[in-house]
Amino acid sequence: MSGQIVSLAGTVAVPGGCSSKGNGACGSSGGASDMPAEIWEKVKNHPCYSEEAHHYFARMHVAVAPACNIQCNYCNRKYDCSNESRPGVVSEKLTPEQALHKVMAVAAKVPQLSVLGIAGPGDALANPHKTFRTFDLVAKALPHLKLCLSTNGLALAEHVETIKDYNVDHVTITISAVDPEIGQHIYPWIFHDHRRWTGLDAARILHERQMEGLERLVAAGILVKINSVLIPGVNDAHMAEINRVVKAKGAFLHNIMPLISDPAHGTHFGLSGQRGPTPIELAAVQDSVEGGAKLMRHCRQCRADAVGLLGEDLGAEFALDKIEDEPVFDPKVREIYMNVVEQERADRQDAEDQARRRSGGTGEPLLVAVATKGGGRINQHFGHAREFQLLEVDGQSVRFVGVRRADNYCKGGYGEEDSLEAIIKALTGVSAVLVARIGDCPRHTLAEAGITVVDDYAHDFIEASALAWWGRVMEKAGRISA
Amino acid sequence: MAYKIVASQCTGCGACEYECPNKAISEKGGIFIINPDKCTECEGHFDSPQCAAVCPVDGTCVPA
Repeated sequence: MSGQIVSLAGTVAVPGGCSSKGNGACGSSGGASDMPAEIWEKVKNHPCYSEEAHHYFARMHVAVAPACNIQCNYCNRKYDCSNESRPGVVSEKLTPEQALHKVMAVAAKVPQLSVLGIAGPGDALANPHKTFRTFDLVAKALPHLKLCLSTNGLALAEHVETIKDYNVDHVTITISAVDPEIGQHIYPWIFHDHRRWTGLDAARILHERQMEGLERLVAAGILVKINSVLIPGVNDAHMAEINRVVKAKGAFLHNIMPLISDPAHGTHFGLSGQRGPTPIELAAVQDSVEGGAKLMRHCRQCRADAVGLLGEDLGAEFALDKIEDEPVFDPKVREIYMNVVEQERADRQDAEDQARRRSGGTGEPLLVAVATKGGGRINQHFGHAREFQLLEVDGQSVRFVGVRRADNYCKGGYGEEDSLEAIIKALTGVSAVLVARIGDCPRHTLAEAGITVVDDYAHDFIEASALAWWGRVMEKAGRISA
Repeated sequence: MAYKIVASQCTGCGACEYECPNKAISEKGGIFIINPDKCTECEGHFDSPQCAAVCPVDGTCVPA
């Protein structure tokens, strides 16, 4: 089936990975099992709101909103690199009309496309005319697309009615502090009410506006995701409080993202030596707030002009100068794809249930990494993987714990040895890596680093394979308890 | 009495165009320029020139 998905997608390679169980992450592999039916209905095809959906559905961002109304210490608006994958970076700005043209072109070629988002590169609501004009055009041309936007929240409260009018039912607010004392170390200034505010005043106004915006969105029945940038030494100890506050106010999902910091980006944090968290530190903070607002762990911190499934970016293929004049979207192709996905989802769940019954019991949880191009299967060659999906498996449950990137931002020219070293570092704590194929040399190097390479489950479903692998290992060690 | 935009520093975001009370700012070749005939440095409108207050790159919107 996964072959059909890829061929349906034409040139599209489909990355993705694994699923979450119970309250492990956001979304649910089983569907509506851990959320009300009406919410599942809203998120089930939204890759950013449902971990399960991100294996099958694509999103695109259109960069119609270049202006911003605040300055963040992790952002530098002058920097752009086509290889750079982080929020705030784009290669071309679009007018709303150009954005529609681009969305039509992507929809015509990528049947997975379910979501159109506006995430900058500045702030969607600091450019309200362009943002809403774009939604208006796209909603008329492609009514099946879900619309969403991302904002810092400063100009949110006054736009909630408009957001509702345009049927935008997903909004992301970036909130990295709920205490202005902490916020002042993240936001040097804001532009509000026709003046620039700095220091504690800026952080306080931003905080108050964010809370008001969040409350109004929730009251309007709009699903709200909160993004928080984890900045070691600044807000790491504060993250549980953020989680508590946003959950109490009705946020649906909380996405704790690592600070991306590099002097080459020219950001204040990059230049002042503020480091980002390690994958282990990020996971520790995510674990510590588990049980609050549902956590998102599959975020790829994509660009404001990203196109495709999470973890891939087809943006360059859909640059304006490469788009044909009159792209035509064929609803039939989309319908066929939707049917394939329904069947795949059901088969994947069946396979997992069977594997759980066969595993024979439970025991020590092990961490496995998976190389996947999407579709919920182990279908990627180790050497092609730019990221790995991490699962914790204990014989009865498979919990999605995050994504580890194996490439490096915007450096290029890596030697083979260097990149393998980087991958081994990225896989710290992992017992095995499940791949479709791998060369003998990296297999050997990984084994020396204590990571078993498993290619016995090539093209099988991820969760079922992880459970089967766990059962095999534990049976050999005689460590399964019924 | 007018402001200007230092072209080499302009990111082209257009935040200034949106805030300018005099419609003195327009896009040209991907960056923004101020028409000095229309710019009043926001006198009579606001306490400080709006373009300089909102610009993400310090030292870009400056007195001409």
